[in-house]
Amino acid sequence: MNVGINQLIFVCLAYVVFLFAVAFLAERASAQGRFAAILRSPLIYTLSLSIYCTAWTFYGAVGYAARSGLEYVTIYLGPSLVMIGWWWILRRLVSIGRSQRVTSIADLISSRYGKSNALAIVVTLMAVIGVTPYIALQLQSVVLSLSIFATAEGAGGQGFNATPAAFWVATGLALFTVLFGTRNLNVNERHHGIVIAVAVEAVVKLVALLAVGIFVVWGLAGGLTETLARIDASDIGEWEVQGSRWTALTLLSAAAFLCLPRMFQVMVVENDDERHLQIASWAFPAYLMLMSLFVVPIAVVGLDLLPAGSNPDLFVLSLPLSQNQNGLATLSFLGGFSSATSMVIVATLALSTMVSNHIVMPVWLALRQGGATQSGDVRGVIILSRRFCILLTIALGFLYYRASGGSGALAAIGTISFGGVAQFLPALLGGIFWRGATRAGALCGLGTGFALWIFTMLLPSFGMDVALSKDTFEHGLMGLSWLRPQALFGIEGLDPTVHAVVWSLSLNTLAFTLVSIFSFPEPIERLQGAQFVNVSDHAGPSRVWTASVAGSEDLMIMSQRIMGASEAQIFFQKQTEAQGLSGHLPEPTPAFIEALERELAASVGAATAHAMVSQIVGGSAISVQDLLAVADESAQMLEYSSQLEQKSRQLSETAAKLQAANEKLTQLSLQKDGFLSQISHELRTPMTSIRSFSEILRDTGSLSEADKTRYASIIHAETIRLTRLLDDLLDLSVLENGQVSLHLAQEPLHLVLERAVTTVVSGGEGGLQVQITPQAKNVVLNTDLDRLVQVFINLISNAQKYCQAETPKLTIIPCLTPTGLTIDFIDNGTGIAVDERVVIFEKFYRVGGSQGDGAGLGLAICQEIMERLGGEIRYLEGKAGAAFQVSLPHSALVVETAAAS
Amino acid sequence: MANGPVFLERQTYRMRRLMDAVRLLPLLGVALWMVPLMWPLPDAEGGGIAMSTALRYLFGVWLLLVVMRALLWRKTRPQVTAPQDAPE
Repeated sequence: MNVGINQLIFVCLAYVVFLFAVAFLAERASAQGRFAAILRSPLIYTLSLSIYCTAWTFYGAVGYAARSGLEYVTIYLGPSLVMIGWWWILRRLVSIGRSQRVTSIADLISSRYGKSNALAIVVTLMAVIGVTPYIALQLQSVVLSLSIFATAEGAGGQGFNATPAAFWVATGLALFTVLFGTRNLNVNERHHGIVIAVAVEAVVKLVALLAVGIFVVWGLAGGLTETLARIDASDIGEWEVQGSRWTALTLLSAAAFLCLPRMFQVMVVENDDERHLQIASWAFPAYLMLMSLFVVPIAVVGLDLLPAGSNPDLFVLSLPLSQNQNGLATLSFLGGFSSATSMVIVATLALSTMVSNHIVMPVWLALRQGGATQSGDVRGVIILSRRFCILLTIALGFLYYRASGGSGALAAIGTISFGGVAQFLPALLGGIFWRGATRAGALCGLGTGFALWIFTMLLPSFGMDVALSKDTFEHGLMGLSWLRPQALFGIEGLDPTVHAVVWSLSLNTLAFTLVSIFSFPEPIERLQGAQFVNVSDHAGPSRVWTASVAGSEDLMIMSQRIMGASEAQIFFQKQTEAQGLSGHLPEPTPAFIEALERELAASVGAATAHAMVSQIVGGSAISVQDLLAVADESAQMLEYSSQLEQKSRQLSETAAKLQAANEKLTQLSLQKDGFLSQISHELRTPMTSIRSFSEILRDTGSLSEADKTRYASIIHAETIRLTRLLDDLLDLSVLENGQVSLHLAQEPLHLVLERAVTTVVSGGEGGLQVQITPQAKNVVLNTDLDRLVQVFINLISNAQKYCQAETPKLTIIPCLTPTGLTIDFIDNGTGIAVDERVVIFEKFYRVGGSQGDGAGLGLAICQEIMERLGGEIRYLEGKAGAAFQVSLPHSALVVETAAAS
Repeated sequence: MANGPVFLERQTYRMRRLMDAVRLLPLLGVALWMVPLMWPLPDAEGGGIAMSTALRYLFGVWLLLVVMRALLWRKTRPQVTAPQDAPE
């Protein structure tokens, strides 16, 4: 009883539906942020790495072992060494991938070498060429395994048509990848759904291979010791691997492990946490060890039990089938199916990312003028181009499968594919370890290596007279004997694979190194080189994006963000006019760009301006959006710092004001204290004499009448003085509080002055001569005349009291000015000392500390009065004697008379 | 590291030597897995190496490397969580 092909297809479909469900749930959980611990666990990461083990290793390893003994194990030794040595290379790759937001190996290499799009295209094309046969191999392995069941069922009679089967397998895989690989444009290019599905498949294929192995060792061979004895007795019972192949294949598999686009995708791009890599560094070698553990026993038992001529590649399937272990065979089939599907899904995903990012998008943007400056519709286009690229890659694989006709040469194609992608290794390692590596070097190295690979490995693999003529094989290209594809430079006798690997990788490295040493990198290359090599020092992310057609419009947008819209427009307008063009945008000529750069350098600094302008103009892999973001940031920072400056200026102004106010308050407080002590002193002096004289009057019995009168009149005089002092204080307080009400009246100026003079001179004892000059005599005042007279009296009596000239004389000079009226009071005395001039208007200040009968309030009162009247009183500098000027505003004059005079 | 201290705390010193081991382990792996280069081929005098011996050796080295790496991972986890790139 055999498993029917239809049953098998049913199982297969059920398995695919199950994978769909897992991927869908994982995707949804990831979107909702649930089960993050599982989705991002180191276990999932390790299992996802197992896409290294494809159908080639699942089926092919046994066939390989059956043909060449232990050589197959080199394919696993290389990756194991790379993982165990994670500290050297993978750690760096993962942190570079994180900090530079790398999306693929092409992206990494192009980003390292100055974000060169040319390099990205070269790497992408090489990857597609290298990987397409590999995809074909997976399709074929699935079809082969199906056909084994079909032949087993129908004894070969029922025609199993391989091509439609391959077509449907390809379609299914494409559908799955499109559905889960391009649902959204993930910023980091992470696909949780696919990674989970791949992890599930990793478990299935490991379990399947282990199950078959255990069945073979303990079920068929009868135990471990018997199996080992059987192995030693078989055709492959002795160690017969050539040393050169052993070394070359180990090196090749290690290189391919690092460089395969799909490995890079799961190892670097999908990596969530550097610690997962540390766990995978022992867990993944363990996985590989288990995967290859039972390969030799299965091969040996297969060779023993199965009829001669059966395909050793399918021992894993045909052994259980021949023993009628249908369940085990189905499981084994699912294992092989898993290996093939997971590889195809991830490989096409990685390739489609590369093709769409580095080839489709630049072309699309180039076709759409100025497309780089629009952001809204770009994402949709990218997703569409990814889907298209996935279909294209799988279609290419399918076509290759059709073209090669499912020939048996596929096992070798695994190695050939490895050889192709391994050419990335020098550029990759040089890029992350050597700052001196340049783009020119990388291009030359890749070109040399790839050309040699095609000539020595790919073309010869099709056989004689297919791609290369027999003549070329024997006598070299164009008859040059040193150009024989399997004996370059006349060195014969090498194994073809070793020959190809050694020559292509060593000449690749040589070209890369020599050209790097003798070429000079561009600034952006050096910048990126420093960031990549010193990745642990610089964590500065500079996102890499492919968008390149930049011209005046991009420069305009960028400049507007930096310089401000109107300034940028004016600058561009001027440049356009200078170029003799109409419109708003100038041609991006070198002169214009230089000018713009200078202009921008004024705002953001020379280095930044240079980088930004050269990026836009050079059209390299930094996206315009990134530059705009930088520009925005700079503009914001500039604005912010200017705001800060303004604020700090305001703050210091406020602080100065506060300090001034504080000083004023302190002064006022001192004044108040001084005022209080003055006032008590002023009150105390008359009170003392009143008290003592009244005590004399009371206590002394025999006082002459004359004395009594004299004492009484002293008491009286002191009382009057006290009263006057209190009156003055009251007056001052009323004036200062602004409670005074003005009694407006009209009178000519000369009458007012005469009244004041008369009052002083008639009551006074000194012989003061007062002279009033005749100007402005007839001005009629309209103000509180009583108060004004009080000021005049005070000034005149001051002159009378303090003028020390022999014949004291006071000159009063009224004068009309544009602002109103001034009246100068100038005497012929010595004047007031310079340091006293500031303080004569203070309360209780007496000139020269004299102890006259005044309280020192006169001038303070005058000042208050003049303020109330809207005028002012001040000391006049530069006159012979003491000189005061009283000024009154226009409003204090009657208009007609003012005009008449 | 010109200005670094010459003597370190015992624990720090131990940790650095463990990191040395982490770095050197792949070299040990290369050395051990390249031993088969010296094995005689079947046509050599005295016969070749039996397949079972070769299998035991290769997978033994494999197991050894995995176990050593796992042990080192356990010991150096705190060190690498806060990466320290100083060479010595």
